[in-house]
Amino acid sequence: MMSVQIDWQAFTPISLVGGLLLGVATVILLLGIGRIAGISGIFSSLLKPKRVEAWQILFILGLVVSPLLYGLISPLPAIEVTTSLPLLIGAGLLVGFGTRLGSGCTSGHGICGNARLSPRSMAATVTFMFFGIVTVYLGRHVLSLI
Amino acid sequence: MLKNIIGLLAGLLFGFGLLISGMTDPVKVQGFLDVFGAWDISLALVMGGGLVVAIVGVQVAQRQQTSWIGTLIEMPTKTTINKKLLIGAMLFGIGWGLVGICPGPGIVLLGTGQWQAYVFIPAMIVGMLVYQWLEPRLG
Repeated sequence: MMSVQIDWQAFTPISLVGGLLLGVATVILLLGIGRIAGISGIFSSLLKPKRVEAWQILFILGLVVSPLLYGLISPLPAIEVTTSLPLLIGAGLLVGFGTRLGSGCTSGHGICGNARLSPRSMAATVTFMFFGIVTVYLGRHVLSLI
Repeated sequence: MLKNIIGLLAGLLFGFGLLISGMTDPVKVQGFLDVFGAWDISLALVMGGGLVVAIVGVQVAQRQQTSWIGTLIEMPTKTTINKKLLIGAMLFGIGWGLVGICPGPGIVLLGTGQWQAYVFIPAMIVGMLVYQWLEPRLG
């Protein structure tokens, strides 16, 4: 019998502030220049040198620089990566291929698409959440892989 | 020019959002996906908070149709749920679960100096390039 236990000690209400900021960034891009904030889509456009637009390069640059700027204001939040090298490579390949095949990731489908009530994005979100949960369950509690 | 400034600003804000929310901490992300273990529900607030703001933005966008810089607001037009979408989302979900890193946080982790990001992101690029190569052959 599987039971659900919420780990309240790990709960961080400030995550809501982060989420609101993601929403604000999404809206600035949508209303500001009329484009969808889908990270996998914007990033993959950098791999098409003939089609890439300057704002896309700058958006990705903004993501890379954000922790440096954040660090000037306050200490960076805890970041712990415990994954092994083979898992990082395998997961990177799956995330890269999967997000292109499925036309989006947690941002494009999870935030933008669901906000538009797009049936495709809702189906994609349910699917990647489901398989993410199954993967962590099997990887952590059955195979002790992660 | 304004378009580029908005792009940079949105990227910076998005990065701050990911950092503050905990999305850039793979252990936290896996804790969120670990529904049957010690479940950390914090990240439900991330999608929830993001959605609330984005829904308002989408409503405004649908009324305005043109952006602040005068261009047409582009919304995806595809509506069919097909195998490509679902298999792609499945593969992404498996990869996300394995390491707790999705594309946005992976890119932000390049800037925090996590060496793991310098393995994950090149692998992600290879995955994307494989798809680009395969796409015309998928029909």
